[in-house]
Amino acid sequence: MAGKLKLKRKILDAGQMRRVVRRMAGEILELSGGTERLILVGIRTRGVPLAESIADEIEGMEGVRVPVGVLDITLYRDDLSTIAPQPVVKETHFPSDLEGSHVVLCDDVLYTGRTIRAALDALVDFGRPRTVKLAVLVDRGHRELPIQADVVGKKVPTSAAEVVEVRFKVTDGGNLVVIMELVEEA
Amino acid sequence: MTEIAWQQKDLLSIADLSAAEIQLVLDTASSFREVSARPVKKVPTLRGKTVINLFFEPSTRTRSSFEIAEKRLSADSLNFSASSSGLVKGESLVDTALNLQAMAPDLIVIRHGHPGVPRMLAERVSAGVINAGDGAWGHPTQALLDAFTIREEKGKLEGLKVAMVGDIAHSRVVRSNIELLNTMGAEVTVAGPRTMMPVAVETLGVRAVYSLEEAIRGADVVMMLRVQLERHKKVMFPSVREYFQLFGLTRERLRSAKRDAIVMHPGPMNRGVEIASDVADGSRSVILEQVANGVAVRMAVLYLLSGARQEAGA
Repeated sequence: MAGKLKLKRKILDAGQMRRVVRRMAGEILELSGGTERLILVGIRTRGVPLAESIADEIEGMEGVRVPVGVLDITLYRDDLSTIAPQPVVKETHFPSDLEGSHVVLCDDVLYTGRTIRAALDALVDFGRPRTVKLAVLVDRGHRELPIQADVVGKKVPTSAAEVVEVRFKVTDGGNLVVIMELVEEA
Repeated sequence: MTEIAWQQKDLLSIADLSAAEIQLVLDTASSFREVSARPVKKVPTLRGKTVINLFFEPSTRTRSSFEIAEKRLSADSLNFSASSSGLVKGESLVDTALNLQAMAPDLIVIRHGHPGVPRMLAERVSAGVINAGDGAWGHPTQALLDAFTIREEKGKLEGLKVAMVGDIAHSRVVRSNIELLNTMGAEVTVAGPRTMMPVAVETLGVRAVYSLEEAIRGADVVMMLRVQLERHKKVMFPSVREYFQLFGLTRERLRSAKRDAIVMHPGPMNRGVEIASDVADGSRSVILEQVANGVAVRMAVLYLLSGARQEAGA
């Protein structure tokens, strides 16, 4: 890729992000009718800290720690033959049986929908959840597949040249959502 | 976590790999191990890729291990064995290679009795080539799975004392293992009867001794090698009984290794020849773990090479 990424604008600061995640946690509880058999599954990499943050908020509201699973979708991607080199494969693990559970897939950004398609494929190889829902912090549009989120933190209209970056304290040293723009190298 | 990219088209020899690349294979393998523990032991990763398993020498374990790895990644695999291949009918190796190339496989896994054949093949085909053993020269995936097993048990490779005991001269796993362990900073000692020790073995970067006790004293890892009974029973040592008395690993002898030392064997093992049954089945034996890890390591290699090939062709 020629060119480099330049900060275009800030979408959410740490405080706004916390409030958005809290609202998402509330919506998830409302949609699922409580914490019974609820499992949050974070899609690597940044779906995981999102799932953890949502679990923290749910714990604050209900006093119950909802289990958090980790899903690596690398092996289920449909673009492995077009990207090189191979992305590093990381482990997938679930804290409890998926059979009959209510899974909420969590990811930082919803874009083409291909990651979610891969995640659904991966999920069914581990068991048969009763329901699967999708929660994303940012929906930036440009879907290539018929996939929509059930819980959205913030809808952000973007152009294809832009990149939405979600940063978490654990992975990136701070909570922040920004839009970066690809600029041609002079 | 290593964040380097895999660039190599083939896996022919451990000597071609840097420490970072070895690390990448091992890290990738550790993710793949989880796939074998799932209710559905299959991922769609290599769907639509063709892998040819070309075995010019009999091999049950390595071939099955590769085959299972291929199937768990959803690749289409095809087995050629020596008895059914054109070579028996007088076809030259180069012609075999060109014919395979014409079928457009993505990867070729090859086992051959002569060193260098995998490399020759790799130079002639655009498919990625994986060396599954070439004579007594090398067996890189075995070395990788051994290293993976050691790392799982000991948490690291660097600074470990590894003893390899037995037929140092003819075992195909020795050279690859030495290269890998040296690259990763382990300390290797080899031991065996003089008839089974290659001339100037020290030049490979190991310490050579001629007694089992001396080799395994203070060792973290004891790797026993198979005595190839079918090949040289009468030539290399007077009797099986004598071999066992001098170089067989018994519970008694294992005491001179570290208390938490692990016992490995690349298989197939001769119980009562190079290893006593109670040691092979004992709590310190990781022999079956090696087999299980072999599948994960081969999955990792197939995965990494299939990606590199794309880049080379792009």
